[in-house]
Amino acid sequence: MKSFRADIRVTLKNGVLDPQGKAIEGALGSLGFDGVDQVRQGKTFDVTLNAKDKKAAETALTAMCEKLLANTVIEDYDVTVNQSDK
Amino acid sequence: MIAAITKISGHAPTLAWHTDTALPDSELVIIPGGFSHGDYLRAGAIAARAPVMKAVAQAAENGVRILGVCNGFQTLTESGLLPGALMRNAGLTFVCKEVKLQIANNQNPFTQLYQEGEIIRCPVAHHDGNYFADAKTLERIEGEGQVAFRYAEGSNPNGSLNDIAGIFNARGNVLGMMPHPENLVEPAHSGIDGKRLFQGALDLLEVEPA
Repeated sequence: MKSFRADIRVTLKNGVLDPQGKAIEGALGSLGFDGVDQVRQGKTFDVTLNAKDKKAAETALTAMCEKLLANTVIEDYDVTVNQSDK
Repeated sequence: MIAAITKISGHAPTLAWHTDTALPDSELVIIPGGFSHGDYLRAGAIAARAPVMKAVAQAAENGVRILGVCNGFQTLTESGLLPGALMRNAGLTFVCKEVKLQIANNQNPFTQLYQEGEIIRCPVAHHDGNYFADAKTLERIEGEGQVAFRYAEGSNPNGSLNDIAGIFNARGNVLGMMPHPENLVEPAHSGIDGKRLFQGALDLLEVEPA
């Protein structure tokens, strides 16, 4: 078994309204950041796990996203796996 | 919820714990509101993966009536027992007030004691009640009569698509709704508009006049 570290990004699907992102966009505007086109709020998860190889780690992490970390009715997810340096 | 059921049915409900793996024999299973598991990750997300939810899914499969109110509705969508999702309120604030609900479909045990199109009072108290489903799903649930309640015109408190406040599953034995009918079941609540939902769900069909 090897140790892996994964970054998981969960974001709202295109077309799903994101009122929190809109509010942040407005606040950035009031701070004078006037070049901001759009802000979408999401979540990131930093997961360390043990797996046989990188592929097995990716398979497990994808299942975690499908089953819990993302609600695929409204969210997309993206998994990046790196060998852990620990 | 426990008090409401006890008063309406004359029987105290049996309680199930989130770690239970089986439910007692029941004609009605209720998942009440209440920010279970702190709403961590997403509202209802952790609750939907609790061991007891396997038993709830099995009960639904067996045709047992299941009612999820507020956080219970979120738990039912998160578990896949109801379509769609409940997102942060469009106005971003927690809403705690009374709304008007329209009965969208009374051809179901839960709503059988209401008139179709009838408008009733009902309290809401939530932060994530903004009902969302993709266009295809929305078209399907609208076409199949799965919308149980809508916020009456001008009273949508959270941005829900099509003013949806409560939906049935395709089979009609699972109902999820954001408003709290259990908080309007006796005169001390200032009204009893919510009472008929429980009487209908329990087939207690002799209703005293409102």
